[in-house]
Order: sequence, then structure tokens, then C-alpha cells
Amino acid sequence: MMKITQAASERHVLTITVDNEAGILAKIAGLFTARGYNIDSLTVADISENHAVSRITIVTHGPPAVIDQIRAQLERLVPVHKVNDLTEDGPHVERELALIKVAGKGENRVEALRIADLFRAKVVDTTTASFIFELTGAPDKIDSFVVLMRELGLVEVGRTGIVGMIRGGSAT
Amino acid sequence: MSEERSGANILVESLVRQGVEFVFGYPGGAVLPIYDALFGEERIRHILVRHEAGAAHAAEGYARSTGKPGVVLVTSGPGATNAVTGIADAFMDSIPLVIITGQVPTAIIGTDGFQEADTIGITRHCCKHNYLVKDPADLAATIDEAFQIATTGRPGPVLIDIPKDVQIASALWHDTLPQRRNRYSPQTEGASEDVARAVELLANAKAPVFYTGGGVINSGPRASALLRELQALTGAPVTSTLMGLGAFPADHADWLGMLGMHGTYEANWAMNQADVMVCIGARFDDRVTGRLDAFSPHSTKIHIDIDRSSINKTVTVDLPIIGDCARVLEQMIAVWGKRPAQDLSAWKARIDGWRAKKSLSYPRLAREIAPQYAIERLYALTQAHRPIVSTEVGQHQMWAAQYFPINQPNEWLTSGGLGTMGYGLPAAIGAQLGNPGRLVIDIAGEASIQMNIQELGTATQYRLPVKVFILNNEWMGMVRQWQELTYESRYSNSYSDSLPDFVVLAEAYGWKGIRINSEAELDAGIQAMIDHDGPVIVDCRVAKEANCFPMIPSGAAHTDMILFGDNVAGTMDDEAKALV
Repeated sequence: MMKITQAASERHVLTITVDNEAGILAKIAGLFTARGYNIDSLTVADISENHAVSRITIVTHGPPAVIDQIRAQLERLVPVHKVNDLTEDGPHVERELALIKVAGKGENRVEALRIADLFRAKVVDTTTASFIFELTGAPDKIDSFVVLMRELGLVEVGRTGIVGMIRGGSAT
Repeated sequence: MSEERSGANILVESLVRQGVEFVFGYPGGAVLPIYDALFGEERIRHILVRHEAGAAHAAEGYARSTGKPGVVLVTSGPGATNAVTGIADAFMDSIPLVIITGQVPTAIIGTDGFQEADTIGITRHCCKHNYLVKDPADLAATIDEAFQIATTGRPGPVLIDIPKDVQIASALWHDTLPQRRNRYSPQTEGASEDVARAVELLANAKAPVFYTGGGVINSGPRASALLRELQALTGAPVTSTLMGLGAFPADHADWLGMLGMHGTYEANWAMNQADVMVCIGARFDDRVTGRLDAFSPHSTKIHIDIDRSSINKTVTVDLPIIGDCARVLEQMIAVWGKRPAQDLSAWKARIDGWRAKKSLSYPRLAREIAPQYAIERLYALTQAHRPIVSTEVGQHQMWAAQYFPINQPNEWLTSGGLGTMGYGLPAAIGAQLGNPGRLVIDIAGEASIQMNIQELGTATQYRLPVKVFILNNEWMGMVRQWQELTYESRYSNSYSDSLPDFVVLAEAYGWKGIRINSEAELDAGIQAMIDHDGPVIVDCRVAKEANCFPMIPSGAAHTDMILFGDNVAGTMDDEAKALV
């Protein structure tokens, strides 16, 4: 009997600047599904004064040849200006924002607040029985925080997916 | 000068400005304003097809045979969805099309209106680019950009979806070209250091091969001339994909024939044994490469392509050169300069050894017409006319590629990438319109031809003398062949049952019908087809169970070809079956 095998893959962070036109997000997301590429996270927002250009950050994974194809396929789209592979380009910053709701009383509530302080999470909403923490940082920092909160009454998590930028004075 | 005009009128004026001669279309509710603007319009000829798929394929045939973009006009909903197959076909084969689709009025979009379909969503991944125009003021610039995108870089279909209210509303029309930002500028010139390295590799090769594809045709006739020039300088043998046939003359001593699944023994062995491969405007399609890990294992691979995403997609190459085929060939010729050609006699002697296999030989049959023989006779009797040949998809298509030599670019129209049955008849119609006075032949199978048989009426209406030459074996021949070779002859649903009488059908549409039952009738039938001043269907009854060889079975290497007379096992393992 035949079995389907998967090639080993690596994680890459791509930033894509695009014309902010109708359907562009569907075009890019659809390209990933149509060609069988993976999207781990995707963020998009317009970044120019006249709302003409958006920046998309996609975290993907795949074998190196597939990552190269993803880039080439993205560059082929007419509204795409530029594609950067931060993972290839070198040292870069990745940041993500999360909102984490924790409900609890007594010792758990105190412990949650203390850990939040260690992680430099901000309390953006509170009731006598709950907090919403706002936490920014690298994705693994948020992962660790969420794991700790599980024991302390985690209710829900919302994450933005990462945005990234190359380190140093020049543009990505 | 500028004045207020309706969106429909701006569209028509913009098409005229682009030099559009023909629009292939079919009217419907959501394009009525455009059809009204076309009424009495003498600068553009509208060709009324019988089905929107026919419109798209006819536009492809026109584009492929003339080098100019084909224009399609269809209504919303079913008009657009019917055209999708042709759009996807053009996308795979890089054919420049501009498709105008009507859409329900902007206020109705998204409400499941009558004849509403998400045309932009549906065509997103089978178009090079697409637009929904919501303001008639954007139309002129959009159309201008659409033609630029369709025809430059790697060509392809571009779709413009225009809601009905946008066709009726007015905007300022300017006589001058619309002001727009140029956001599409493909790289045409190869990097000079890469070109120099490529020439160096080629000059030092002991066993070089040119592997050329549809990109050479797309680049324009000059690319074919330059290919011949570079080949003459280097002496390297040439093979081509299905899409690239005609770029290099088939009667040339260094022509190896087509490569790939149904390519010649010498082409596939030359690819396998080459030390330097120059791939020009081809994309290492699975039908060409066979088993990837055994594909041309010893060669240094140079890949010239205008589309960066074609590089390293399936086969990793050593030297990619991104640029237009014609421009890069010109650069290579300049760098080659006055170098003498290498002595390739040892390599050519090996190739002659493979040629001696005579992989295209086939047995003549006592009682039936061998389909290969029918194609050979068709070629022999028509070659003086230098016909333009289109095909449908299947065995007859491969036989045409093998036995009907094409010596010039733009004279071979076939659906390569998508493999669309029903392509050939409408493509022949488009080609005939673009090439009045030429002999245009659709080499067809009895199954494929029925996929767009309704277009017989289009040819009748416009008095187009296209010839349809059907190799009628009463089977979906290629399906039957695969079932024979890989599914132990379990012929599941591949018999062409309840066939029409093609001669009577031809006559019903005002065509001439000719039936050929035996070899004795073959030449006279073909001659009668050529001599008839009007459209003709030839129903050529050929051997029913002939197989198309040579063949590289799915999942096999170039060196594992099946030739005529080989014993073929009736089964295949699951891994091989799973390959396309």
C-alpha cells in the first residue's frame, strides 16, 4: 500500500508589501492554499499615509526549495511590490501581541498578577474575578506565558500573529 | 479632447486604441450595454461563438497564431464560469488574453443576484491578474494596464469584471493615453555575467542539448530565428516540448524531435546523457521530465526563463538566467562571437545510435488505417500549403506532434499544460480569423471534438474554411491506452458510444463531410478536404486499439521508454499509478 510522505521543513518569516487593492489578501492567502503552502500566521495592515500600500507578514514553514518557490510565486503577483524573507535576510525582530483573559480568585489571582509582572504584561481590563493581560514579545515568550496561565484560570487567548523587521538602520 | 462617455463606450474605445480586431464573445444580461456600444461598430469585429468556452479557446488560437492578444467578452455568472476552462488553459500555456466579463450591478454584488457569480474569486488563480472595476473613471487605465500585463513578461490571461451599472454610468474619456503608474516591468535582459558563464559552459560542452519550450514561441518569431542562429554557431542538437514545436525546423539534421512522455528515443536519451542542458522557455513539466530523480542526472543545467517562479520549481538548475528568450539568445550569440563550433562528432554519433532505434516506426495494418499513417499522409498532402495545425487532446494530439512536423513558430496550436479536450476546433476558428487565406486544420479525436462541437456553427456563420480531421477510433484513446497498460485492460467508461454520424453532422451545419474508411480512400479524402473551399469534417476511421508509442510510463525515467513491440505489463504499482 502507498503511504504519503512529507519532506522536512523549516520556519520562515516573510514580509510582503502590496498595493492595498480589493482582493489582495484573498489572492495571497489563496495562493498558499492553491499551491499547498502553509500559513502559520498572517498579519496585514496598511502602512502608508495615503492607504495605498499594505504590509503583510506571513510565517510559513516548508522545505527550502518550497520557501524559495513561495517567494517567487508571491513576487509574480502584479500588486506585490516586494517580498523579503527575514529568516534569510539575517538578524531581525519578531514581535506579537496577545490578549489573555484569566479568571480566578485568591492565591491564583495573585500569582497570575505576579507572573504577568515578570513578563511585563499590562493589565488592560479587570473585574474582581478576572484580568485581561496585554502581552507583546516574541512568540515563544507568549507561548510560555499562556502555559503558565493555564494553571491559573486561563479563559481565552487572542494573538495577532507576528510582525517582523530587519535589525539595523536600513529598510527591510 | 475629452468628453463624458458611458463605461461601455469607454471600453469599446479603449479596445480600439489597443488595436483589437476581433472580440470573441456571447451576449447576456450583464453585458447588454457593451453589446449596445458594439452595435454598428465597424472598427471591431465581434465573433459570436456558440459557448463561452469556445470564445476563450478561439481567442487563444487567434493569439497563438498571430502573436497578438485575444479578447473575450462574456456575460456574468454562467458566461464567466463557462469561460473559465479557456482562461485556465491560457494561464497554463501562457497565452495573452484579455477577458471582459459583465457583472451584476454593484449594489447587487454579494446578494446572490440573478446570474451572479464571484468571477474575481473564481478566476483568481487561473488569471495572471484580474480586476473588478467599480467606477467608469478607472476603466481606461485598467484596460490599458490589462493589455500590458497580458502581453508582456510571461504572457497570460487578464480578466476585467465590469458591473452593469459601471457600463452605463459615465466618466470623462480622454483621447490621450490614461495616466497611470507603471507597476509591472518584467526583467527582459539576462545578467551579463550569467550569459557569459552560459556561453562558457556551452562552448566547453562535449554533449550539449537545447531543450526549448513554449516561451520561445511566446517571445515572438525573432526568438525562433535567434535559436536557429545560436544552434548553428554551437551545433548542439535541439529538442522541444509540445508547446515549443515550430521554434526549430523539424527537417533540420540536429532536430531530435519532441521529448518527454511521448517523445522520441533520441530526444529522451540525449537529455539523459547530456553534459550541458540549455533549457529555453520551458518549465520542466512532469510530462517532460518523467521520474524527477532520474532526470538528466549528469548535466549542468542552464535555465532561461522570463518567469522567476519557473526556476527551481521542480528541477534544481545550476545556472538560472531570468530574461526574455529572444533577448537572452541575442546576448548569448553576441558573447559567442567568432568562436568556432565544438567538435561534437562523438556526441552526434551516439545520438545517431539512438536515432537508429527508429522510435517512431509503427506497423502498417492490413485492414485498418494506422492512425500514424493517416497523420503522415495528411502532412504529405498539405505541407505545400504550410498549414496552421490545432489539436484537441489525447492520442491524436501526440500523433500529430510526432508525425506532423512543424517548421515555423505560431503554426502549432495545442493545449499543453491544462490538456483541454475541446480546444482544437475553436482555436482553429480563432487562427483562421487571424490568418485569412491560410489552411487551418484541427487534428481531432472523435471524443474531444464533441466537447466543443457547437462551434461548427461559428465557422459556418463567418464562412471560415477550417478543416477538422478526426482520427475516429471510437475510444477516448489515451484513456483506453492507460487502462490497457496500467489497469489490466479494464476499459472503464472510455468507449465513445452513440457517436454521431460526423458526415451528416457536418452537412447539418452547412459543412462538407468526408468519410475515410480505408487506406485506399485516404489520399483522395484528404485531397478533397484541401480542395473544398469551405469548412470540412473528415471522419477518418482508424485502427481502434492502436497505442501511442514511444511512451515513458508514469513514474519511469527517460531511459525506460516503451517502444513498439515491447512487452508491456498490464499493471503498475500504486506509487506509479498515483503520478499524474
